[in-house]
This record gives sequence, C-alpha cells and structure tokens, in this order.
Amino acid sequence: MPIELHRIDDRLIHGQVVVGWGQPLELRFLVLVDDEVAASEWEQELYRMGVPPDMRVEFVSVAQAVERYAKFAADPKPGMLLTGDIDTMARLCAAIPALRRVNLGGVHHRAGRAQKLRYIFLTGAEEAELRAMAASGVEISAQDLPAARVIPLDSILTGEAIA
Amino acid sequence: MSDSVARPQALVIGHKDFAIGIVSAVTAITGRDDVFRTASNYGLDTRAMEAIVRDAIADGVTMIFSDLPAGSTTMAARRAQRDFPEVTVVTGVNLPALLDYAFAAPDAARAADAAVEKGRAAMMVARGIVRAD
Repeated sequence: MPIELHRIDDRLIHGQVVVGWGQPLELRFLVLVDDEVAASEWEQELYRMGVPPDMRVEFVSVAQAVERYAKFAADPKPGMLLTGDIDTMARLCAAIPALRRVNLGGVHHRAGRAQKLRYIFLTGAEEAELRAMAASGVEISAQDLPAARVIPLDSILTGEAIA
Repeated sequence: MSDSVARPQALVIGHKDFAIGIVSAVTAITGRDDVFRTASNYGLDTRAMEAIVRDAIADGVTMIFSDLPAGSTTMAARRAQRDFPEVTVVTGVNLPALLDYAFAAPDAARAADAAVEKGRAAMMVARGIVRAD
C-alpha cells in the first residue's frame, strides 16, 4: 500500500514525521489533510520549509482528500497521510472505505482531555469518536515512532498502557 | 552573571532536553548563564509551544534558536514571528553557533548571521589515516 501510514498528529509535519517515520519508511510524499492549512498559503509555506527536497507535500481539504485519495493510494512511492485531529480522520474514514487502519501519533494535553498514553490525551467525545471508528471496522492503534510498541485502541482507552 | 550583555536573553527551544543540555554546555564552557533561556516541546502540541514562544517574546526575546528546521519548535517560532517581525529565528543550531552568539556584539540580527556561519564552519568530517604498513 503506497500510503504507508494514516496518522493523527496534532503537530502535523514535524521531526517525528519527517525524520522518525520518513527515513525508515523512505517516505516520498505527505498528504496533509487540514481545511485551515489548505486555505492558507502562508501555513503551507511554513510546513513546506521543514520538508526535505526529495519529499513532496500535498495540502488538501477533507473534501479534496476524499476526491483524490485513490490517486494518492495509487502512487508507487511510499507516502503518509496526516490529520491534526481525530475528527478529521473520522470524516475521512467515513468517506473512504479503503482507509481501514489509523495510527494515533500525537494528541497532546489540552483542557478537558485525560491522559491515556505519554503522547495521547483524549476528551470523552474523542474517545467516543474513536470507538465509533473502530466499530465501523477501522483498526486503530497508537505508536509515536517505528521502534515504539504498537498499542491497540482497547489498551489506550483503559489507560493501562500509560508509560 | 555578567553585566556585559546589553541585549535581552535569546530563547533556545528544542526537542526533549535539547535546550537545557546545550545551554548547560554553553554555561560550562563560558561561565555565562545570562545569555539564553530555554524551552522544550516535550508533551506539547504546536499551539502550546507557540504560547511559550509568545510569552518569551512578551518578555523581550527577539532571538530564537531552534534545533530542527522541520520541528514543531521551529513551526511555533515561525508562527509567532509572523506577528513580531523584529524576531529572528535560527534553526539547526549547534554548540559552536551558541558559543559565538554568547560572545557576540549586541546587534542581535548580525550576531545571528555570524553564529550561523560559525556553526556551519564547525561541522567537519575527520577520517582516520590508513597506514600503508
């Protein structure tokens, strides 16, 4: 599968994505799905600055991602699809039947969120959204970096895997 | 503390303990602990990191050194810089660059250029000599 990882990470493009995953997976493109970033040239320039020259970045809205997903998935080069929040990924999963595996890479502390892992904090609504995604057949696990342990959703939600 | 510094502290931001570590090295080498303040992105999302950067700017910081061009630290600094064009951001910082800045003249913008030049020049590859015998 050319899109190697569908990742939720509120830092979007940053060191773990570009270096931590980008190098071992030899990623050649990133699809950043974010309505706000897709509408802002300035934000796009900011994120582009952090990406090596051999890595392409596509900035798309949710609607554009749904429309172009098959094309991204058909790319022979390995890539990663990124969203900054759970809701955006849930909308993609609902609209793209082929998107059946999601990586929780970083949802950090904010008021109203409870800690589930070192790098995952969730509100009740976000927990419910993840459960609904899982119930619809999406496999969800947390893993911040390739060498880290893969933690399935059930273990995340019980908080038993906090480390 | 030295009284020779006529500019506000610079902010060093990075992943995990990068900033504390590299600034402690500056202090160990120069004896000066008044040039830099530090922040880490550990456990923070980009907005929280940006809030820390904005707080530093509100305190008078106009020079920011970050570790990784692609890092969330740099993203946060660049976002804050958008509202404060007097702020200079240097990415990919290393110890020689910070040492140079620690002793530079008060003109922060030119000091940044000089520090970057010093940091780049300090990078080298030293290979062992293979003896023929």
